[in-house]
Amino acid sequence: MSPLVSIAGLSVAFGGAPVLRGVDLALGKGEAVGLVGESGSGKSVTWLAALGLLPRHAKVSGSVRLDGRELLGAPAAELDRVRGGRIAMIFQDPASALNPVLTIRRQLCEALALHRDLQGEAVKAEAKRLLDLVGIPDAGRRLQAYPHEFSGGQVQRIMIAMALAGNPDLLIADEPTTALDATIQAQILELLSTIRREMSMAMVLISHDLGVVAENCDRVAVMYAGRIVEQAPSNQLFADPVHPYAQGLIGALPPLDGPRRRLTAIPGTVPDPAHMPGGCAFAPRCALAAEPCGLAAPSLALISDDRTVACIRAEASRRALLGIAAE
Amino acid sequence: MSAPLVEVSTISRSYSMRSGMFGRATAVHAVDGVSLTIAKGETLGLVGESGSGKSTTGRIVLGLEPPDSGAVRFDAKPMAAPGTAAWRAQRARMQMIFQDPLGALDRRLPVATQIREPLDIHGHGTPAEREERVRELLRAVELTPAHGARYPGALSGGQRQRIVLARALATKPDFLVCDEPVSALDVSIQAQVVNLLCDLQAQLGLTLLFISHDLRVVRQISNVVAVMYLGRIVEIGSADDLFARPEHPYTQALVSASPAPGRRSAGRIVLAGDPPNPAARPQGCAFHPRCPRATARCASEVPALSAVGGDRQVACHLVTGAQTRDAA
Ligand SMILES: Nc1ncnc2c1ncn2[C@@H]1O[C@H](COP(=O)(O)OP(=O)(O)OP(=O)(O)O)[C@@H](O)[C@H]1O
Ligand SMILES: Nc1ncnc2c1ncn2[C@@H]1O[C@H](COP(=O)(O)OP(=O)(O)O)[C@@H](O)[C@H]1O
Ligand code: SF4
Ligand code: SF4
Ligand SMILES: [Mg+2]
Ligand SMILES: [Mg+2]
Repeated sequence: MSPLVSIAGLSVAFGGAPVLRGVDLALGKGEAVGLVGESGSGKSVTWLAALGLLPRHAKVSGSVRLDGRELLGAPAAELDRVRGGRIAMIFQDPASALNPVLTIRRQLCEALALHRDLQGEAVKAEAKRLLDLVGIPDAGRRLQAYPHEFSGGQVQRIMIAMALAGNPDLLIADEPTTALDATIQAQILELLSTIRREMSMAMVLISHDLGVVAENCDRVAVMYAGRIVEQAPSNQLFADPVHPYAQGLIGALPPLDGPRRRLTAIPGTVPDPAHMPGGCAFAPRCALAAEPCGLAAPSLALISDDRTVACIRAEASRRALLGIAAE
Repeated sequence: MSAPLVEVSTISRSYSMRSGMFGRATAVHAVDGVSLTIAKGETLGLVGESGSGKSTTGRIVLGLEPPDSGAVRFDAKPMAAPGTAAWRAQRARMQMIFQDPLGALDRRLPVATQIREPLDIHGHGTPAEREERVRELLRAVELTPAHGARYPGALSGGQRQRIVLARALATKPDFLVCDEPVSALDVSIQAQVVNLLCDLQAQLGLTLLFISHDLRVVRQISNVVAVMYLGRIVEIGSADDLFARPEHPYTQALVSASPAPGRRSAGRIVLAGDPPNPAARPQGCAFHPRCPRATARCASEVPALSAVGGDRQVACHLVTGAQTRDAA
């Protein structure tokens, strides 16, 4: 099956500092892919670049194809149709993405007018249907309200309704629940997965929370310093991470049950994009680093049918992991 | 269990809040009848959603703000009146660490100077001894004198939180209140700081009140955990047991809402309704509008926090002791 979106060699630099250094990622129709990694690893920039939303001074190269058509450098009119139409995006801070002085109805109807061939009463009916769909009680009346009259969780629901206005094939959800309390986060994630199933929409879920991604995605890509370092089906990644950084992330997560163990913290910090180490960017923090790691950045290579890892010592790392497990 | 260092008895605190320009002032019951004790050298974790009163409890325990009613005892003595010499002596034995390390540090001063500040204020030792103590504190939080010479802006989030920790430890306190100390940090850095906090606690025999909305981090570090909902403790018990067998319907929902790798969301308890609003606290059990098990009684009668067996206490009409625990 040909992918819905395929990203190849996507690179972005700001003022000479490389923040994306060749991202490769493909996404099938209806698939849910998670993107995890520390803050600053390039999760958001990947999709901002793909949709042409970065400031002009950003240097972007590589390729982003939607159904085979190149998006990078595409005419503005075409990008306008894609954004909010075939690909919609919701952000971490929902309040700032809504206009505080316009009613929810105005904002929903504007989004509908832009991307759907609907007129007059049909627009209003569709706006109400969308609010109903995302679980805003008393939707008909609440259309008249302004953003500040809704709670944080409800604002995020409204953002989801706006994103759905264009009937997208792909929804990019960038940290959609980070600002919300646990019980409200659970509501929003449940809503997202229900809608995704019903509309057979693909989704990229960006999160720094491994648990959130693991539970809601078929496949997970782990980013580090502007690259994807491991990519695998969710259950396999968490049961058997291969890249030392992916292993570190999972070991750093305190367990919620079973015996307590000392957390395996990854030493050091993420490299500054302006001073990226040569070779593997993770080498300064990697327990398995050896001389060849400093020579060239390892590229993503298949280790099984559906898994890729960017580590020259992937085999050694896997053995080390098994060794730890057997202890 | 060793003797308690901190004893909090039925503290309450409300604020008056005006909604809108001409709105009537309404009382926000931030904390309502909270009691807890923390044994010497142990950690009490306080969890709950935003606005449940965790930080307010922390500030009252530290004496940063007086309770409207109730009392706090520290090392078997009542808290001294703010501003007195006895208060300052007590305060030097307690410190607080916040979520935002950048906000807690002065951007215009090298961080070593800021670690030394409390020593200067309390007139500890000679200048040379203070310098040595600063180096010792930097070492304790696994940083070097070179880090100490930097300004906050030139350190990473995790490093800044270590500086804040070093400064809090400068006067050798017995008691630390940590309010969301690792919430702003990435997982890999969070683990560094959590490990460090555990090590320092073991080495120095610190007593901690650890506030966080992150159940995993709280379990990792706490002996006892208290769950707050709209200003009250709804469940309290030993950490591992509480998360393994939550009894209160709200704790059950919280634990179930915590995402876990290797588990799909099937079977999750998803609470309906909005997050709790402290300015409009429901009658009876404050959780009843969202509680999947609520009965008529819950809307009118406030459940008291009572022992249900073991060291567990639960405030729910339906959880009353042995029979429910066995059924779980
Ligand atoms: N100085 C104040 N004036 C008015 N209201 C206050 C004040 N301090 C706290 N409150 C209110 O008291 C309630 C409890 O606040 P508190 O900060 O203790 O919550 P919390 O559990 O720490 O929440 P979070 O997880 O968001 O930090 C909130 O509704 C808050 O707005
Ligand atoms: N508009 C911008 N100008 C300069 N640097 C930027 C800009 N947007 C993002 N960056 C940098 O790009 C890197 C990746 O950022 P981002 O994709 O937002 O990370 P995250 O993985 O947390 O989403 C970071 O170092 C960030 O500081
Ligand atoms: S390539 Fe080398 S340094 Fe990089 S992750 Fe693999 S072992 Fe570690
Ligand atoms: S007292 Fe009633 S409403 Fe409150 S938690 Fe128990 S069952 Fe639910
Ligand atoms: Mg981001
Ligand atoms: Mg707080």
